[in-house]
Parts: sequence; C-alpha cells; structure tokens
Amino acid sequence: MNVTFLYFEDCPSYDVALERLRLVMAEEGIEADVEVIKVETEEQAHSLQFIGSPTIRVNGQDIDPPDAATPYRLTCRAYQLEDGRISPLPSAGMIRRRLQSQDR
Amino acid sequence: MAKLKIGDKAIPFALPGVDGEEHSLGDYADNEAVVVFFSCNHCPYVMAWEDRMVQVQADYADKNVQLIAISANDAQKYPADSFAKMKERAQAKGFNFPYLYDETQEVARYYGSERTPEFFVFDKKGVLRYHGAMDDNYDNPQAVTRQYLRDALDAVLAAQTPGVAETPPVGCTIKWK
Repeated sequence: MNVTFLYFEDCPSYDVALERLRLVMAEEGIEADVEVIKVETEEQAHSLQFIGSPTIRVNGQDIDPPDAATPYRLTCRAYQLEDGRISPLPSAGMIRRRLQSQDR
Repeated sequence: MAKLKIGDKAIPFALPGVDGEEHSLGDYADNEAVVVFFSCNHCPYVMAWEDRMVQVQADYADKNVQLIAISANDAQKYPADSFAKMKERAQAKGFNFPYLYDETQEVARYYGSERTPEFFVFDKKGVLRYHGAMDDNYDNPQAVTRQYLRDALDAVLAAQTPGVAETPPVGCTIKWK
C-alpha cells in the first residue's frame, strides 16, 4: 500500500491531520510508510494535482475524491463530515474507509 | 500578528455590505461591544465556525453587542469569495450580522489581520480588548473547552479585562492581491 500526505504549510492543521492518519493506520495494522509532500508553489500544486491541504491519497486515490472541476491551488481544503459539518480535516472514519477499501 | 495591539483604538472603516448598505464603524458607536472579524466564504475554518458566529450574535444581541464580518480576499483568484457569493452565503447561513466587502484590502491591512477567521473585540470606548480565535476547537463544537470570544465579551460587558486578551488566530491566510 502506498500512502501519500500532501500539505500546504499556511494551513494550520496539517500536523493534526497527519497524526490522525498515522493513528488510523496503526489501528488498522497498516505498516506502510507515509510519503509526506510539502506543496510550496502553485506550479507544484498543478503538477501534483493538489486541490488543497491536507490531501491524503491511498494507492494514488484521494480519500475524498474531488469534483473534476476543482482547481489545483495552494489553499486549505474543506471536508464534509459524516454529520454534514464542514471541517478543515478529514475524519478518522473517512481515512479508515479508504484504507480498508484498498487493503484487500 | 495584528498591527492593532491590545489597548489600541479601533480603526474606522466604511465598507459595502451584502445588504446593499454601506456600513461604517461609527454606525456602531452606541454598542456596548463591537466584534470586527475578518472572514470569507471559501475557508474551511470559517465554514467550521460560522454557525457559532451566528449563535454568538444571537446570544449577545440583547446585550447590545454587534458582530461585523469583513471579507478582504482576492475574488479574482478565489471566485468563491466574490461579493455576489458573499450575498449568497449570508442568505444561506442566515447571517445576523453585517457581512462587508473590503475589496481594496486596506481595512484588513490596517487592522493587521492575517487569517480567516480572526476576531477583534472592542469595548464601548472602541478600545481593543481581545484579539484572536473564537474558541479552541474549530473541528468539533462539542469539544470546545475555551470560549475565548464569549469570555472576552462577558468581561468587556462587565467592564473587566478579559482573562485571555490574545490568542493566535487559526484559519486560512487572507488571500492578498
């Protein structure tokens, strides 16, 4: 399994999101390394197809696939949680579901 | 950090609101406290907190407290932050406070605001008494342990000094032109 964590430093919660990812991976018994990529320029955002911070990909798949029209940019990302609220962070459940769907 | 420091006087402004009216800081000179906060549409931190913003205004309206939201983001790069979209957001979320557009970004620069949301609480004399975040948990309203904004308002309304005068604002950076 390949896990990638992309972030933009100006968005303050990336460390919390990374910790949440590592915790869920540990709970699921997934020992894969997490590739952490700091996205620093708009050009890099385009080349990495980065829609916002934080972005977590499992085997290249975003844990919360964006609409095709979502622009690539250095920005903070909005996740819609299970209860409908908006959060700057993906939920543990969102992370877990993607990990479980790929870990077959 | 803000160019405004605790103890400084509020900087006047006059900005267009989504209600079609121009709003000046002086319009609120008779309020017991005024909360100027820099906000926007697209930022997920704002979106996580905005129901709580509406609730604070509702809870403190009868105490003559006025919240005023200002968006200064570059709408060319962030179309979701356009004035038209601001009107839509205010209507959709039932904003019970003015939502103003700082198109030139001058007010945001004068205040020294860097993030959205970022709160400035002024007492009835227009003196800055609290600056920073709304509370200590953007992610989960049920897990908030420190109500910085509410505590500051309670102190200001009681003519007391807020126990916590300043916290680092948490949110997206203001999108400068």
